[in-house]
Formats: sequence, structure tokens, C-alpha cells
Amino acid sequence: MSRHTASRRDVLAGLLASLPLAPLGHAAAPATDGARPPPATLRKAGNAPARVDADGFIRRWLVLDPIGVGGRLTAPEVEAAIERWQVPWDGDALPRDGQVVELGGQRLTWHALDTLLYNLNLYHFAWSRSKPTSNVLFWTCTAVEVPTEARDVRLSIGSNAASVWWLDGQRVIALYNDRQTVIDDGVSRRLTLRPGRHVIRAAIINGGGATDFCARFLDARDRPVTGLTVGVSS
Amino acid sequence: MAGGGWISRLMVAAAAGLPALLAAAALDGDPAMHDPSTIIEHEGRYYVYATGAGLPFHVSDDGWTWRRGGALMQALPGGRPGPAVLERGGNNTWAPDIVRVGDRYYLYYSAPGTQPRAAIGLLISRSLDPQSPDYHWEDAGPVVWSDGIEDSNAIDPGVFRDPTDGRLWLTYGSYFGYIRLVELDPKTGLRRYPNRKPVDIAINSEASIIIYNDGWYYLLVTHGSCCQGADSSYNIRVGRARKVTGPYLDNMGVDMLKGGGKLFAGSSGRFIGPGHFGLIDLGDGVQKFSLHYEADLDRGGVSVLDIRPLLWRDGWPVAGENLQAGEYTIESARTGTVLEMAVQGVPVGGPRARPGPPGATPAPRAPVPDQQASDVEAGWPAGTVDTRLAPAMLQAQQRWRIEPVPGAGGYLGGPWFRIRVAGTERTLAATADAELAVVPAFTGAPEQLWRIEQLTDGTWRLMPRGVPGRSEAMALSAVGSSFATLSAFDAGSDRHRWVIRKP
Repeated sequence: MSRHTASRRDVLAGLLASLPLAPLGHAAAPATDGARPPPATLRKAGNAPARVDADGFIRRWLVLDPIGVGGRLTAPEVEAAIERWQVPWDGDALPRDGQVVELGGQRLTWHALDTLLYNLNLYHFAWSRSKPTSNVLFWTCTAVEVPTEARDVRLSIGSNAASVWWLDGQRVIALYNDRQTVIDDGVSRRLTLRPGRHVIRAAIINGGGATDFCARFLDARDRPVTGLTVGVSS
Repeated sequence: MAGGGWISRLMVAAAAGLPALLAAAALDGDPAMHDPSTIIEHEGRYYVYATGAGLPFHVSDDGWTWRRGGALMQALPGGRPGPAVLERGGNNTWAPDIVRVGDRYYLYYSAPGTQPRAAIGLLISRSLDPQSPDYHWEDAGPVVWSDGIEDSNAIDPGVFRDPTDGRLWLTYGSYFGYIRLVELDPKTGLRRYPNRKPVDIAINSEASIIIYNDGWYYLLVTHGSCCQGADSSYNIRVGRARKVTGPYLDNMGVDMLKGGGKLFAGSSGRFIGPGHFGLIDLGDGVQKFSLHYEADLDRGGVSVLDIRPLLWRDGWPVAGENLQAGEYTIESARTGTVLEMAVQGVPVGGPRARPGPPGATPAPRAPVPDQQASDVEAGWPAGTVDTRLAPAMLQAQQRWRIEPVPGAGGYLGGPWFRIRVAGTERTLAATADAELAVVPAFTGAPEQLWRIEQLTDGTWRLMPRGVPGRSEAMALSAVGSSFATLSAFDAGSDRHRWVIRKP
């Protein structure tokens, strides 16, 4: 969970400097050659088609290396950070696994990932790549294949911390301020999903500590939408 | 009431500098009556019958604004009880109760002579609407009576249909001995076993009636004195039993045959002497009850009808309170987050640094005042603004002024409310896509009028009077921790349950 007072951040930095950095699950495999162990909850995305899980959660995502940002997580500051650190999007095409983007003089890489959990742990992702985990912005995206038209559905997400979400280029959710990932925290208005491919993009900004997100669709009766195929492959 | 009702008169009084009593009003129009029956709906109207010459009744089109409908006995030959009832009781007409059985209404009424000599008569009709061709009350004669010597006073009927088996029961009695129970024949409305001795279930009380909930039978009676205005000590008491025939014990295990009875409703606010409970089960987790107060101090101390939420707590019925005008937060029972206008919040007291390093003793500071909209609204966008749910921070965009809308009417037991960001005209409204928005000003449109009812667990349901372009009823729903919407009410889900509390 993010904390944003200076003193808390200082305390956190001190802890991170003095304690093993690995989250639970990594401690058994300490780094010995400078490289950190792979994230325990993430895998490189497979080639076989992925489906949302039984609770509707999307488990396959493309995630860009984090971008350092400053400031707090108020609406104006989140919006300013997203505006400043926009990545180039090629229509509704997804970036390729391994594709490099240059932002602010940094070379950042897209990674196609499968998460073993309902959520995607961005802290695991960034830490394993020896990237900063605090005061960072993560871009992520995926695509779902909808077999038949679905009316009055909603995109439903949880994020740690602030996040903004787009569906097929339309902005649908914005969550600000310090927050934990809570299932069905931010929920879009009712949407109609026509048959075919739909692209989800999001920017997640973390202050400090853990950072992750989860996403799924809810149907007209607020039940998880299952049976969707996730159209990302590495 | 033509030309504006009780609320309108109160608004005039408030404008004239008198205390604003709007928040405390019980119903609108003319609810003045004594010993009301259970309220019953017939063809979209609500009817209630009461004590008085010819059994007066009141009618309401919406359940909030009431008017006098006439006297039931006008529909009977001679305008009085039939000879068999007069023979066993007398020519008074008091404290009726009514139940629908099939396509007929059974109305039981008290016909006392010199108490405790009294009878309870039965009238039967297929319609309650005097304008209907089916409006014809048939005198079915006396059902039970007391001879003036026995320990019973056969008045104050209360009808109960057991939801577990469909059997029909009648309780009756007043302050001359026992409250008694007899079974009725649903086909006739008369006693099913006229030769059986009635069952004594309570003593020295009146206005008895039984209700059922979750494996228990509850006997509600009225204790205390009636009919003396503000000097009446009427109060409603309850005991419960596993069988309809009792024994009915109160919360301390005292049998109601020995005077037991847990307090259900006593005098409160501007209302003195509640009595004559009547259940209104609207389904979907909404129950209400009707009653009268011996004295409504805001109406000059006359006896009036009221309708209040019925709650359940630890296996006992609890008298809920109707929502009063005021400033509130609207908190989701599902998520614990509160409804707010979606603007950037400002900390109460303004942004300020931590008072020194951890462990340091902060210097004394003056109290931080409540945040008012005027403190922060310069930073709010004009026009329509979205809503969202957020952690309660006591900020101005989270404080809602909820108040009845004068002259707008209402629903059973409640007025239409408007919900505004406190200190502003910004009004919560349903949108055409069945979502929520805060619009710049109140217009009185259906999407800005809210039905706010307390559910049996004490939480609240909020429903707009209308959603543009939709015919179905919808309720405020916490579909997410940070997002509220409108959707069909689900009584089993905390999504639709809200805690309305003072900020």
C-alpha cells in the first residue's frame, strides 16, 4: 500500500535499505549475481490462448517497465503524470512482448505476463527486474475477445494505488489517492461489448510499498463475466 | 388535502418565524384518527378504518397524503351494526381491523355497549372503493362477544393470517381481563370452532395483534391509558411464542398473561402515546407498521395516524424512525465508503503539515471547524458532476442535505426527498443511462425525488421516483467500492443497503 507523507516514505526507504527486499515467496531464492530471482507470481505469457479465470479475472497482460514519477496521488497530479508520460499507441494494436519504448530518455520494455493469481503484482514485476517500485507509473494493456454481444456490462478493477483505465480508447475508470487493491473497486458505467476484440489500457501509479491491480468484467446483474478469451500472446 | 397539506402549512409556519417542524411531520393531509386498523391496499389506493361514528375511514393515493373517505356504516342498512351485534354488544363502532381473504375483505369492528359488555362484528365487501359497483358491505353478524361478567372485554379485534399454514386467527380484548385468541374460518370470517373456549394469551392490555417472523409468533399489545390527549400513557408492548396459542413471554421471560411485555414503542419526539400496531409488509426486506399517537403536539395534540419502519434485532421487533431532514453521509453497507460528488477533496482544516516529528508533543491548537461547501466550492467544476464512493473524510462533497419536498407527495409512510450537497443547490439525480450525477439545481423532476426507506436491519434503501427512459424501479447500488449506480433492488445484497448517519 502506498504512503505519501515524507516521514512514512523515509521510514519505508529505510526499511527497504535494511531488510531483504524480496517479498514473501522470494526470500528462499536470494540474488547471488546481481540479478534478482523471477517473480513468484508471474510467468512469461504462454503461446496458448488464455481465458479469464472462473471469477472473471484477466490474468494475461502486457506491462511496461515502470517510469519514475513524483508527487502525490491527487486527481490533478495523477492526470498530469499520465499526460506527461503517455506512451505512443498504435490504434488498438497491442505492443509486442520485448518491444522497447523510449520515454524521457529511458528505454522501457514491454513484457507479456501471465499472473498466477487474480491480480498482477507490479511490485514483484518491478523488483525482479531491479526497477524502482515506489513513485512509479506502470502502463499495462491487454485485449479480450468477446464471443457474443454483451450489453450493460462493466469493466471492474482494483488497483494499488491510483489508476486510470481505457476501453477501446474510451476512458472508463479513474481512481485517485492512496488505496489498496480491492476487487471491484473502480467500476465503469454500463457498456456494450460487441463481438470481437476489445483493448484495455491502464496507467497505475504507486507511491510506495506494494503495488498491483486486478480487472474483470461484470454482467448486467453484477456477476463476473467468464468465457472471455484474452488475446495477448508473446 | 386540497391546496397543500400539512407540510405546506408547516412551511408557511416556518416562513413566519415559527420553529421549522417539517422534519417531524407524521404523514401529510389529514391523518387525524384514533384506533386505526391495519392499512390495506386496494386497487392502488390505501385505506385505513378507525374509531368513530359509522366507522370513519381515510384514503390515500400514495400512502403519504391522507384524506377522509367517509364512514363505512353509511353502506349498511340503518347505518349501524346489525341487530345480532347490537344484542350482544352496543351501538358504538370502535377500533376495527381488516384483512383480505381471497377476493373479499373481512372487516372486524368493536361494538361495545356498557363495557365490558361488547361484541365484535364482521362486515364483508369485495371492494373498498365507495365508487365501485362492488362496494357493498354485508353484515355477517357478531364473531365474539363478552357478557359483561366474564374477564374479557370483546373489543379491539386484531386479525392474523399465519404464513406457515394459512390459518386465520383473531385476538381481542381490553382492560377487563384477558386478551383472547380464537381461530377463524377463512371461508366465512366467523369462528372456525365456535364451541371451543377462547385461548387467553395476555392480560389487561388492548389493541392486540399477532405477527410472525422467523419461527416466532409475536403478540403486540398496547399498555397504558388512552383517549386523554397528551395525558395518555399508551405504549406498545410485545412478547413472543413458538406457537400461535402462546405462551407469549417478554424479553425477561415474563408471561404476558402476568403483565409481561417488552417495550416496542413509547412516546418520543413530539408524539405522545403510541398504540394500535398494524403490520405492513412490503416485501423485499421492507416492513413498516401503522400506529396512532394519542397526541401529535405539532397538530395541536390531536390523535393521528403514523407509519414507521419495522426493524428486527436479536429476534425482536424494533420501532424504526422515519428519516428526518438533516445533513447526512450516505455510507454503503457493502463497502463502507460514502457517496460523494466526484471532486478533488480538501482536508478538513486545509492541507497542513504533520505537527512535528513522531513522538513530539504537538503544540496546542484551536479546534478545526467543520468543512462547509462555501470553504471549498470555488474549486468545484460548474455544471453536472459525476458521483463516486470514497472513504469518509468529513469533506463538504460528502455531506448531503436530505429533506422532504413540500407538496410533492410521497409513498407509503414517507415523503419524496431531495438530496443536495449540503450548503449548495447541487442535487443528486438519476441519469438517462441509469447512473448517478449531481446536477446544478433542483427542479422537482422525478429523477431528483428519492424514496428513502429503512430496511428491517436498520439500513436504508434509496430509490429515485423515476429513471429517465426506464419503467422499472431502481435503487442506489454500490456496484463497486468507489462507484455507485442504480439497479433493480436485491433484498439479499448489501449493495443496496446504505447507512445514513450524521457526519
